Amino acid sequence: MAIISRGFSGRRAAADVKLPPGQYLTTDFPVLSAGPTPSVPLDSWQLTIDDGSRVLRKWDWKSFRELSSESFTVDLHCVTRWSKFGTSWEGVSLDTLLAEVKTDASYAFVHSYGDYTTNLPLKDLLNKQAWIAFRFDGENLAPEHGGPARLLVPHLYLWKSAKWVRRITLTREDKPGFWEGLGYHNYGDPWREQRYWGE
Amino acid sequence: MWRVGTVVALHDETAIVRTIRLKVPDWPSHVAGQHVDVRLTASDGYSAVRSYSIASAPNSENYVELTIERLPEGEVSPYLTQEVAVGDRLELRGPIGGWFVWRRCQTEPVQLIGGGSGIVPLMAMIRSRSVWRSTAPFRLLYSAREPSAVLYQDELHALSGHDCPVTVTYAYTRATPKGWPRPPGRVDASLIANTTWPANLAATSYVCGSTSFVESIAGLLTASGHEPDKIRTERFGPTGERK
Repeated sequence: MAIISRGFSGRRAAADVKLPPGQYLTTDFPVLSAGPTPSVPLDSWQLTIDDGSRVLRKWDWKSFRELSSESFTVDLHCVTRWSKFGTSWEGVSLDTLLAEVKTDASYAFVHSYGDYTTNLPLKDLLNKQAWIAFRFDGENLAPEHGGPARLLVPHLYLWKSAKWVRRITLTREDKPGFWEGLGYHNYGDPWREQRYWGE
Repeated sequence: MWRVGTVVALHDETAIVRTIRLKVPDWPSHVAGQHVDVRLTASDGYSAVRSYSIASAPNSENYVELTIERLPEGEVSPYLTQEVAVGDRLELRGPIGGWFVWRRCQTEPVQLIGGGSGIVPLMAMIRSRSVWRSTAPFRLLYSAREPSAVLYQDELHALSGHDCPVTVTYAYTRATPKGWPRPPGRVDASLIANTTWPANLAATSYVCGSTSFVESIAGLLTASGHEPDKIRTERFGPTGERK
């Protein structure tokens, strides 16, 4: 039973706004990263999908941008408790990127430029749930928000949506990424409030 | 798991920044740089949660100090900086965070760079260094709007008198003390070059402040040869209310 905070009334969101538990609504776009923003020149940018030993698919910026992309509008939920509704992006669906990949892997381990990593079940990347996004709000994605391109998996807390993505390794075994190894939840479903280990 | 802390002291650091000292009987101790989630609950059950950096060093009395800046449009910070009184009970969860931390086993040089209330978790590191009698070489570069906005002024000033001092450099962005050698302005490459550890010492850097502050400082550090993996950042904005 929560302790009542004497004299606190708070600012409730409108009744028709459905937020995950413990989140509040924001209209700006905060930045959270563990270290410096890497500079990733487009002429050396690469995106690779591998199985840990073999490269399965590989794109440079030109071939990546020639893939069919889609525009989509999603809600974002950050573990630091802000949620942002109705954000507009353009990106390439992971369904497109993984279309010709045959694998018996169950997990994906995502690497970024700047050495950030995160892990998630492969099925969470499929079925119109995840994109490699390169435009936000009609503009090229800014470096501090993950540009030139970031993973976007909006149904999980935002730390799973790795900025500056460069490689996705498909594996049979799950292993924790950067924040997952530092106490954050292995899966990170905002609607079940899976913020930290043990929740 | 939500813990209950009782407010045992309040201290105004500046006109808009207040330190709250809580006694948390089941506090498991913490590491400098970690934060807590604070939950406020209205009488109808509505609740709001925000994260705040811990300002205090670990101690045996189970005290936790939070230094909180009042944000004009904030939902939680106005309550914590204006309404809360000694004797009130607050719910908190934590300590949280395992990356933006300084541990007593670290002996390498440490460069702290804080903007505004980004000083708070860095102060916890300075205080922990004293508590543990660490001799790790520390430098602090602290950017504030103006002299009256500097937090922990007396305590920072006293640091220079220690046997193993922390070197503190102030940078003011809007107004300086009289006769200050550097005109007001943002931290730039020459200030970094002249007042922070050179890159060849392989210092660990902790940078905390607004997003634009952290972006700028981290860029200056990498440009001057610091390895990106030795630069740890913590960003907060009006939205994050992270201190």
